[in-house]
Amino acid sequence: MRRLLPHPLLTLTLAGIWLLLVNSLHPGQIVLGLLLGWMIPLITTQFWPEEVRIHHPVRLLHFICIILIDIVLANFTVARLILGRPGNLKPAFVSIPLELKSDLAISFLANVISLTPGTVSARLSDDRSYLLVHALHLNNTDELVTTIKFRYEKPLKEIFEQC
Amino acid sequence: MLEFFISALILTGAIFTFIGSLGLARLQDFYTRIHGPTKATTLGVGSLLVASTLYFTFHEDSISLHEVLVTLFLFITAPVSAHMLCKAALHLELPSLAKLPESQTNSTAPQRQSSKDQHD
Repeated sequence: MRRLLPHPLLTLTLAGIWLLLVNSLHPGQIVLGLLLGWMIPLITTQFWPEEVRIHHPVRLLHFICIILIDIVLANFTVARLILGRPGNLKPAFVSIPLELKSDLAISFLANVISLTPGTVSARLSDDRSYLLVHALHLNNTDELVTTIKFRYEKPLKEIFEQC
Repeated sequence: MLEFFISALILTGAIFTFIGSLGLARLQDFYTRIHGPTKATTLGVGSLLVASTLYFTFHEDSISLHEVLVTLFLFITAPVSAHMLCKAALHLELPSLAKLPESQTNSTAPQRQSSKDQHD
């Protein structure tokens, strides 16, 4: 079973994406989508060494809502900073210690950091214990680290990793 | 009514996309410039896509969901490219307004040294 269907979640996602691409719910398209969703993970199995497991689907939805709100707020923050006096900006690099272990969770976190207020993830240390983040305007380093750890890392840890 | 709503969305989108690009011109170093295009544009393109979905759904009597895919791919790729750009900039040690972090990666330092030697 594990070898025939290595990534059930990925299969469903790919089928969903296929249906969106063809923009129809014709039964034939659903079968074709599932077929593609089954074959692509089989062919690209080397890219997916670990199985993707979502432990709390509801929390994932909740987390996505929080992120969407943060993205909208981030846009206003960044717009204000850009339109203000660029000379007043205090950009800084901040190192954030990571507790996440799985690759998917770390890349998820890096993506979220880049999409939310005034921060871009810049570099992951070789041993995956620190994520370097560039902040556009930084008042308080500790505050930024706590926000990222509690607002984004903690839910991700609960969603993707067994606690 | 719907027309007004769609126009408002398109205008918002255009304004945010413009501000994002303006950031490229106004901000002063490479690292801060990355912020403009990665963020201000997500909302910009986002609202343009919502406008497009609404327009085609109501004018062609079929739900148009291609835009969902565009949004999905945009949200996946924009941060990744920003990350790679930033990483490359750090590797080249481009000048920054912020204090550059010390190189944590031991593996990169010797390589850079050797490439410099070859140039000399």
